[in-house]
Amino acid sequence: MKPFTLVCVVTLFTAGLACAQQGTSVPGGQDTAALEQKVRDLEDRLVALEGQMRVLKAQAGQTPAAPIATPNEAASEAPAPAESVAAASTPVSLGGAGGSAAKALNPDISMIGDFVAFAGGNSIRPSPPLEMHESELGVQAIIDPYARGDFFLTFGETGVAVEEGYITFTALPGSFVTRVGKMRSAFGKVNTMHNHVLPWVDRPLVSQNLVGGEDGIDDAGVSVERIIPFPKGIFLSATGQVFRGDSGSGDELVFQSHRKSDVSMVAHLRGYRDLNESTNLDLGFSYARGHNELGTNFITSLYGVDATVRWKPLRRAIYHSFVGRSEFIWSQRQQAPFEQRAFGMYASGEYQFHRRWFLGGRYDWSDRPRDASLTDKGGSAILTYWPSEFSQIRGQYRFTDYAGNHKTNELLMQVLFSLGAHGAHPF
Amino acid sequence: MNLDLSRAKCLLAVAAIVTASLFFPSMAAAKKLNVITATTDLASLAQEVGGDKINVESMAKGYQDPHFVEAKPSFLLKLRQADLLVVVGLQLEIGWLPPLITQSGNSRIQVGANGYLDASQFAEILEIPQGSITRAMGDVHPLGNPHYWLDPDNGRRVARGIAGKLGEMDPEDTAYFQQRFQDFDRRLSEADKKWQADMKPFHGRKVITYHNSAPNFAKHFGLNVVGFVEPRPGIPPTPSHTLEVINMMKRDHVKVIMVEPYFDRKTPDSIARETGGTVVEYLPSVGGVKEVTTYFQLFDYDIALLTKAFQANP
Repeated sequence: MKPFTLVCVVTLFTAGLACAQQGTSVPGGQDTAALEQKVRDLEDRLVALEGQMRVLKAQAGQTPAAPIATPNEAASEAPAPAESVAAASTPVSLGGAGGSAAKALNPDISMIGDFVAFAGGNSIRPSPPLEMHESELGVQAIIDPYARGDFFLTFGETGVAVEEGYITFTALPGSFVTRVGKMRSAFGKVNTMHNHVLPWVDRPLVSQNLVGGEDGIDDAGVSVERIIPFPKGIFLSATGQVFRGDSGSGDELVFQSHRKSDVSMVAHLRGYRDLNESTNLDLGFSYARGHNELGTNFITSLYGVDATVRWKPLRRAIYHSFVGRSEFIWSQRQQAPFEQRAFGMYASGEYQFHRRWFLGGRYDWSDRPRDASLTDKGGSAILTYWPSEFSQIRGQYRFTDYAGNHKTNELLMQVLFSLGAHGAHPF
Repeated sequence: MNLDLSRAKCLLAVAAIVTASLFFPSMAAAKKLNVITATTDLASLAQEVGGDKINVESMAKGYQDPHFVEAKPSFLLKLRQADLLVVVGLQLEIGWLPPLITQSGNSRIQVGANGYLDASQFAEILEIPQGSITRAMGDVHPLGNPHYWLDPDNGRRVARGIAGKLGEMDPEDTAYFQQRFQDFDRRLSEADKKWQADMKPFHGRKVITYHNSAPNFAKHFGLNVVGFVEPRPGIPPTPSHTLEVINMMKRDHVKVIMVEPYFDRKTPDSIARETGGTVVEYLPSVGGVKEVTTYFQLFDYDIALLTKAFQANP
């Protein structure tokens, strides 16, 4: 393909040269107009060829070679009219992304660092004073015309885990978007979010108590999502997921599989509507069911409702915004001597008052799943500064009252930094 | 027995889905093509060549920064119905479009599919970085400057590309699209003559822009962009850089500051006060103000603003 393109470029320029020479020998208004038209057409064909070469290069991952020089020389030698001289004076854009184009088919690789510092005593959930909390490696690419793949490996202080690693089939009939692999389940909002996209340093108490803490319901399985047609501009989508049945560990364990049929299930229904061009409302209903650590006959069911209001004036979108969010979660856990019904919620708001500054607050309230008579409460105030889109510095003051007998005041500091091409996250 | 029954049901369901999906595209072909574009400029160009054979809608609004559009689910409703998605490309939409395409569940518009059209392949692209680039340079676009539609020549080329694609997708109307393109080309050439004539007295005039979004415009109309309000692409103005810009403008007698409507006017206004210059809130896209609804009106508007500003600051 490439020698062919080269030949085309050269031929075009030779033709252009010939035309230009003819033009200089025959003066006259009519001819000049025709000539201008011809030059314009040639210019267009050259630009089209350049575009094709860019596309080819992106597809084949070839490095640019000799052709870059040829058109430049040819163009500068041609005694062409003003228009094409102007074109020649700017470097002809055949170079593409230079040598890096050779890596065109490599996946997008990104690394996100999450550094956290804690001050203040907390004997219930102790944290080290300084911690490289998580390093997340993202590897993402389009696999073939039918699917894309996403990997997120997290390196914590103690080891490596596949936080997510899944294939998404994007071209299935019937508009079903299917994922296979390990993934964060679609239960509510916070559970789907990676650490570095949370507007807080930590996760809400209700996530920690009822939905598996930082890892959340994150398991190997299959997910099927489909948009359900609905009138009046309402976006409705339903997700159904089946997992092996292991989520969380230790005190934060939610589901545990004891035999092959102990799968867990998650269902999520999402409704979304633009209230106007700057404001929108996002509602979700979630259900999860699985077996807990006590055995196959002990079921834990979770019910969730989430609501998000977003405001972002389009003309000043980079300067001001607000996100208000709340989730209510009910846990129904079968255990001896009798079932525990726990409830938890959080409500949070984050206001962007300057291009780089965000101020937020969060209220926490959550029963403990194994003993619903114990209730933890808390509140946080958060200030975030974004030096650029690729780093954040966050301070959070956190007050927690653990079951009414242990009160803590803590100061959390977080530095997030992102390297490479991290794909955008779902809205 | 029970198992067999449920299996049969499953198979039936799958068969039904497959049959349905086979029927839907053929039904769609009979009606107008649904075209979704990333920006209003592409929508306007598509409308010019598509006429009444297509429905076209843009995701981003004309007064919105196209780098920072929210990936709202309401866009998914449009994308899932789309036969053709036209994007600016060159990573302009990298922050919001990829997850929308994935979630749309629409196989026609996936990257590389027949209904995905990257318009940058038709246009002349400036400022393709040579050598290595880092983010120390700010939000630099590694594939070149994506604001290429502000050159009418590129408008023509993109329109031709879209017309070709529409003809490919709807072969019965190929002649219609080509005829509409010819007509658009003729009108654009005429309009361009007038624009060029209006701008001729100001050839070579130095301007600064807020973001580096006007190199194609400057090249076509013979302007000389000598600086930016942003110290680096995507990085907000800093006091030291602003001071440099003020000094440079005073030294080189630069009087016109071009600002996109989605940026804060505070810094450009203070630069204008210090230098006795004029801030021109030019439109980078169709729909930046209500009156500007076509690709032609976009240049009419910008050129009227600029010539006025140049006349006021001789």
